[in-house]
Amino acid sequence: MFATALTDLWYGFGVALEPHNLMWCFIGVLAGNMVGVLPGMGALATISILLPLTFGIKPVGAILMLAGVFYGSQYGGAICSILLNLPCHPPHAVTCLDGFPLTKQGRGGAALGITVISSFVGDSWGITEMIFLSPILVRVALQFGPAEICSLMLLGLLAGSTLARGSPVKGVAMTVLGLLIGIVGSDIETGTPRFTFGIPNLFDGVEIVALALGLFGIAEFMKSVNQLSEVDTKYTNVKFKDLKPTRDEFRRAVPAMFRGTIIGSLCSLIPGTGPTIASFVSYAMEKKISKTPEKFGTGMIEGVACPEASTHSSCQGDFIPTMTLGIPGDAVMALILGALMIQGVVPGPQLITEHADIFWGLVASFWIGNIILVILNVPMIGLWVKLLTIPYKYLYPSALFFVCIGVYSANNDMFQVGEVVVIGIIGYVLLLLDFHPAPILLGFVLGPRFEENFRRAMLISRGDALVFIKHPISAVFVALCVILIGAQIYVRLRKPKAIGDGIPLVEMAE
Amino acid sequence: MFDTLLRKRDFYAGMLMTLLGIGVTFNATTYTLGTLMHMGPGMFPFLLGIVLTGLGLTIFGTALATPLGEDEHILPRQREWKAWGFILAGPISFIVLGEFFGMVPATFACVFVSSLGDRDSTWKGSFLLAAGVTFFGVLLFAYVLQVPFPMFRWGH
Repeated sequence: MFATALTDLWYGFGVALEPHNLMWCFIGVLAGNMVGVLPGMGALATISILLPLTFGIKPVGAILMLAGVFYGSQYGGAICSILLNLPCHPPHAVTCLDGFPLTKQGRGGAALGITVISSFVGDSWGITEMIFLSPILVRVALQFGPAEICSLMLLGLLAGSTLARGSPVKGVAMTVLGLLIGIVGSDIETGTPRFTFGIPNLFDGVEIVALALGLFGIAEFMKSVNQLSEVDTKYTNVKFKDLKPTRDEFRRAVPAMFRGTIIGSLCSLIPGTGPTIASFVSYAMEKKISKTPEKFGTGMIEGVACPEASTHSSCQGDFIPTMTLGIPGDAVMALILGALMIQGVVPGPQLITEHADIFWGLVASFWIGNIILVILNVPMIGLWVKLLTIPYKYLYPSALFFVCIGVYSANNDMFQVGEVVVIGIIGYVLLLLDFHPAPILLGFVLGPRFEENFRRAMLISRGDALVFIKHPISAVFVALCVILIGAQIYVRLRKPKAIGDGIPLVEMAE
Repeated sequence: MFDTLLRKRDFYAGMLMTLLGIGVTFNATTYTLGTLMHMGPGMFPFLLGIVLTGLGLTIFGTALATPLGEDEHILPRQREWKAWGFILAGPISFIVLGEFFGMVPATFACVFVSSLGDRDSTWKGSFLLAAGVTFFGVLLFAYVLQVPFPMFRWGH
């Protein structure tokens, strides 16, 4: 098994190093980094805006480019949070705590340098996990019938919506809303148009690009317009030679990186515990085991290395269920899965055998992309820093144009640009009511397959709803769902101080 | 009691979800429900509608149970009606101008109109920004990516 994994990986490098694939990966990393560094652009917004650029590319190139956009934007977000104290992407909220003080002391460059190394270490570990765990998971998952798939999806949906951010009940409500939006269009079995309000353009369903850009584009712009304070660029004068950490900083950061990596990969094993929680947990732990915990928050290099490594290793871990089971852990993964579906690739355990080039090419390109990221960032840091100073008043109108043309180019249909406006308004209303719209995307992407498998499971069991607990594997997933809900209720009821240092920080960061 | 309730965000959030849930449930019954064994197109949305109604009522319940947060308002402290209007007007002008006059006017109008929403925007600045974005945007989407969208057209 070890040998086959390595042969497959070798094959993957062959795919990823093909000139055009390498080019798409490079473009993805570059564009992701460039957009991600802009203040107010999180990973979700970046990926949604750049998603339409991949429509014309073959599936392999498209997914390599999108993965590149993803980690490029992540790194761009780190630059933004360390130098400007602006966490555009929730996992970076902790990085700010020590990253910005370091910047004030003139060590921002070193913090960025350490971030590059930490993310590389975290990613490498996550990729290794992916190489060896995925084939095993796939072998198990191929045995699953509709009942198992259905309860596994339920678990994924519940975990993704309750553990993410804000109130769990509201998170689940958003997931259900996403499932409902996924229903819009013709029913797969009978062709009956559902919730289309008689509009023929809706018979094919809501376009995922319009949904993502409405929720994470237009709604976000409406929230941020005239709200972002003047960006303080006093400390952003970072040059190439500043990136090099001192020997002492390096010596302190390395063990922290490895600890962060391990925490991140453990977090990614628990469904739904995404990078945000991983980064908070690892920061809290780093503070606890430190000899000088009181110095955290004043510019400790460990406080940058540890959460960054854990974010990256957990993000990489999130790719495993997404690619092998077709069940994304968070909205970013849902978007990447949605992009695969646009390309006509059916997600699920058969993906790894049917589209070996996509899977192994992606795995190999993670490494290549991370190396590109390092190469890009070291000499070009000056340029990124300049991008930080672009004011929001130039940014959002340009982004709106990308939204419009991007949605249009999905199907060359002006109606869908109208869709994006309506979804944007709905998204903003939901934001005002304290809903986090990210689970909507999760529900939307999983919805159709969830319904299909649900109907099939009930058909096979002759209408017996107990089928989900009669099958042992499915029963385990259902039990996990129950435990998850029970734990949430328990934690809410005896709220204060129950969950350690991590959660109050999460709430603070929002 | 009642007027503090009216100021709570969860009151509206719960109400919205409950109404949506009820609406979906009733709408789903207009499609064939089928039996549990042979589910019709209406069954899945019917079940989801019931779940959503339940969740909405739960959120409603939390609104009753928790005290009013300080500084809790439905609308944000600064109401940016003008900015919101311009942001939405941007894509709408993109649709209208794109449908009748083509990509170049649509792009220009979208960027120009939406940029007016910012408090510090000036006519000149917006104009230059719109011109720049139009130039590079058309270059990228019409020439490099070859999106089938005529640069200029007259009528539909």
